[in-house]
Amino acid sequence: MLIGHYNYWVVVALMMLGFYIIIAHGNLIKKMVGLTIFQTSVFIFYISVAKVDGGSAPILAEGISQYSNPLPHVLILTAIVVGIATTALGLAIIVRINEAYDSIEEEFIQQQDNLS
Amino acid sequence: MAHLPILQVILPLLAAPLCLFLKRPKLVWLFACVVTALTFTISVLLVQQVTSTGAISYELGGWAPPWGIEYRIDALNAFVIMVVSGLSAVVLLAARTSLENELSSNRQTYFYALYLLSLTGMLGILATGDAFNVFVFLEISSLSAYALIAMGKDRRALWASYQYLIMGTIGATFILIGIGLMYQMTGTLNMQDLAERLPEVAQTRTVFVSFAFVVVGVCLKLALFPLHLWLPNAYAYAPSIVTAMLAATSTKVAIYLLIRFTFTVFGLSFSFTTLPLNILFLVLGLLGIFVASISAIYQQNVKHIFAYSSIAQVGYMIVGISAGTAAGLSASLMHIFNHALMKGALFLALAGVMYRLGNVQLKSFQGLGRQMPLTMAAIVVGGLSLIGVPLTVGFISKWYLVVAMIENGWWPVAILILFGSLLAIIYLWRVVEVAYFRAPNKDNESVKEAPLGILIPTWILVLANVYFGVDTRINVQIAQLAAENLFGIVP
Repeated sequence: MLIGHYNYWVVVALMMLGFYIIIAHGNLIKKMVGLTIFQTSVFIFYISVAKVDGGSAPILAEGISQYSNPLPHVLILTAIVVGIATTALGLAIIVRINEAYDSIEEEFIQQQDNLS
Repeated sequence: MAHLPILQVILPLLAAPLCLFLKRPKLVWLFACVVTALTFTISVLLVQQVTSTGAISYELGGWAPPWGIEYRIDALNAFVIMVVSGLSAVVLLAARTSLENELSSNRQTYFYALYLLSLTGMLGILATGDAFNVFVFLEISSLSAYALIAMGKDRRALWASYQYLIMGTIGATFILIGIGLMYQMTGTLNMQDLAERLPEVAQTRTVFVSFAFVVVGVCLKLALFPLHLWLPNAYAYAPSIVTAMLAATSTKVAIYLLIRFTFTVFGLSFSFTTLPLNILFLVLGLLGIFVASISAIYQQNVKHIFAYSSIAQVGYMIVGISAGTAAGLSASLMHIFNHALMKGALFLALAGVMYRLGNVQLKSFQGLGRQMPLTMAAIVVGGLSLIGVPLTVGFISKWYLVVAMIENGWWPVAILILFGSLLAIIYLWRVVEVAYFRAPNKDNESVKEAPLGILIPTWILVLANVYFGVDTRINVQIAQLAAENLFGIVP
């Protein structure tokens, strides 16, 4: 039971790690790293869902009758693209935050906001 | 005519990159206005079609559902599509004048492209009948919204945008997890198909978890208390036009999504009987009304006041949904329509103040009642509507909401709702008092009325607030039709 579903345990562990990094770290880049790990865990989850026991890769070939489900793979390709866009936008905003505040530490930015 | 459901999504999507070819700000603005006006026309046609012949199903690329992606327009989403496209069109009319002082002219082209993309995303969420498609469009609208907020001229806009990006992405990823779990249990992504197959597996933990992820993810997007922390700063520091657009449309789309998932996909008995969503929503909605209204009273920035008020208004809609009756749901739907009109009018009026003063701090409002009479009158009428004074749209939805609560036998809730309106009087009175009963300070003596470019769209919305408060055919009847359809009551 535990070993058989090890990929789901990996998903849960990565998800919690990513979530913890987002909450616990004050550095904006580290938050983005956490967010990416969080999203990646969901990608692994979708790919795990697609696995059919004894199924081969979903490419038509002679002598193979059972295939894994290709649909979640397609879905997650879209989600990966969305994830890349999010990361790119997040990093671009961080660059501009660094220009405007001269820092990428949450604590320091909020301090400056409270002063003004 | 058969292609209308997809046309209203495709039109702004294709128009967005075209904006980049038109370099001159005035030309791009004109082009974007034509596109949003066309989108609005399509949405009105869709509403007509749905109310006369019933739900429309459109097969994307000719692939039959549930294998292909289906766009399904019924009374519920036709109604919200009309609100979103209509408000986006009116708000955009004010964009050219308002942006003159808030955005350098070489970045305005990007503004219009992002605005249209954000609209595409929202209309896509509303039109689609496919759960995964919802996620894709949600990210299109959110990513462009983050970029739009970051365009604010105050540097705090960047920080607000970053915080919204983190919270918004967590919310969207939660929805993605929920959809994945649903797919795992049923093997389908089509909403109608999901609604048929989920009851068979409803008692499994996977479905419970999936429901929890979807609801929490959507609630992050609609800023339900206590998941509202991203909203006040995002609204306050974004360019005024973006604030007006987001306040009038984006939370409404998230509420639609909540209704769609709880009522259509998971079904009423699962959401409200198997799981105690009604009690949860009732408590969080009421807490939202009070915490946000009280926070609004203590704000010094007028955009912050109205941003907190938006969170409180979301509370009213959630309370309406929590009743679990057709009457409660139709009150919430009416409030979607009415709140879009009120907040559109109020934030556009603030765009006028921003244009003349360069800020919207409460202390700078001194004496504006005399300097900018029409803008301040717009704030007063919009504010009366927010409180729920008769002859304004705000009264209609509060009335139906209170009646729905009494029908349920929830007397204390009805009284609390009325009490919440009293709090609205307090925070609006603070603005009125400063604007009308204080002498202008030195900087304000030469301030003139807001330019016509902003004033006309503002007053279109203000008059709509009054018009739909008297002639309630559109907002009340379609909302009731949509609610009855969801409850399976054939009129």
